[in-house]
Amino acid sequence: MRITECFDRGEFVVTAEVGPPKGINIDGIVAEAKEFLSGITAVNVTDCQSSVMRIGSLATCKALKDAGLTPIYQLTCRDRNRIALQSDLLSAAMFGIENVLALTGDHTKLGDHPQAKPVFDLDSVSLLHTMSLLEQGVDLGGNQLVGEPPKFAKGAVVSPCSDSVDVQLAKMERKVMAGAEYFQTQAVYEPEKFIEFMETAKQFGKPVQLGIVLLKNAGMAKFMNRNVAGIHVPDEMIAELAGDKEKAKSGETGVKIAAEIIKACKPYCQGVHIMALGWESKVPEILKLAGI
Amino acid sequence: MLITKLKDKEMIASLLKGKVFVINCFGCKEVHFPEEEAKALQKEWADEGIVTGVLTTDYICNPENLPLRLERHKAEIEAADAVLVFSCGVGVQTVSEYLAPKRVCACCDTYPLPGGQGVTPLEYDCDQCGECWLNLTGGICPITACSKSLVNGQCGGAKNGMCEVDPEMECGWERIYRRLAQTGRLDVFKTPVHIHNFATDLELKQE
Repeated sequence: MRITECFDRGEFVVTAEVGPPKGINIDGIVAEAKEFLSGITAVNVTDCQSSVMRIGSLATCKALKDAGLTPIYQLTCRDRNRIALQSDLLSAAMFGIENVLALTGDHTKLGDHPQAKPVFDLDSVSLLHTMSLLEQGVDLGGNQLVGEPPKFAKGAVVSPCSDSVDVQLAKMERKVMAGAEYFQTQAVYEPEKFIEFMETAKQFGKPVQLGIVLLKNAGMAKFMNRNVAGIHVPDEMIAELAGDKEKAKSGETGVKIAAEIIKACKPYCQGVHIMALGWESKVPEILKLAGI
Repeated sequence: MLITKLKDKEMIASLLKGKVFVINCFGCKEVHFPEEEAKALQKEWADEGIVTGVLTTDYICNPENLPLRLERHKAEIEAADAVLVFSCGVGVQTVSEYLAPKRVCACCDTYPLPGGQGVTPLEYDCDQCGECWLNLTGGICPITACSKSLVNGQCGGAKNGMCEVDPEMECGWERIYRRLAQTGRLDVFKTPVHIHNFATDLELKQE
């Protein structure tokens, strides 16, 4: 199922994210996804997130699909040139994996193989453009595909609380031009900034899913404030996490904060994308508390 | 050694809007310039009466000498709608920075030749990619100013204006966006999707 069909029906689309492990046994994440994420629309599978080498996104997507879930294949331009990217897109389509989220990808220097060659032959915009071409039965080299062309639900990302939001919006417009059909955002902790962003972004006419990263403790929030682009956790939230350590540890505080952000932003967006970073079991609770 | 080649005629024609001031940077030992072709083209423009002035010199990439040289042509530059630069990518970047918000255009693509590389002054750098992007990026090179050499805009990796790959380096696309805003050129974000052409070594291009 293509996630765009759900947006077209006017549904408030809920997705979450799983990160494949560094190893070949994925029974654990498949079982967890089945238990906690079966009720939502689709599940993103990250592509060597943070440039850390892991089992592939495509293989994990296939396993989730076989388990009855709808995967969203995250595809970055960091590790593959245009030949490999197109080949993998065709492979995904052959498996019936139609939801693809196009990303430029983190730089190799930030990961666990900083010696690796960063590829970036294409970027998120030209990758979306490439997907649009493949759907028309032509590859990026101008050659015809044999037989029925693939059809994708083409997703992209944007960073609404970035300190350079105008530059982000300019890129967002290019992604729309290249064929992006929906957007998932970087984590939001400042609903007022997100709402302001949506005021401008709504002109593009594409559904936007609010990004949520579940806060596990005050240290994580401070770390993100120092190191993660486009994320700012306000002091009140950090104080709340630091205040009752037991509640933070059990996930209660993080879940409550996530639900509050969702409630504040829901009237302004078309869905939510939850990045629980290993706490996938908390996703149903967040949604319940947010009234979804 | 580098070699610069004129961009194709249609591309250069698209840069011509109104009056132009021309800067030629010939006579640098590191770079081979298409001097004859450039002069022929500029003669056509002069005959059309669109040239407000010409500065032919060497080492425009030297930011200490450049202001003195440009000062003498101040009125001619002011009278022009755009400054067209025939030089390697470093020269265009130096002039763009100095003359901003004046529109400064690159008329050449820069290629590497086997052998030692030229000396690049200060922060300006040209990767000799053979498909000069400077006309789309306000005269700031996205290949050398962006850690990922992105050509369609900023990624999500800038924090407080700095690149997360190198905290000492300002995000190239924030610089480009600011320059484009300053020069009233944000419309370049509406141009078709840009894709690198890595088949740009001179032999391939000439086939």
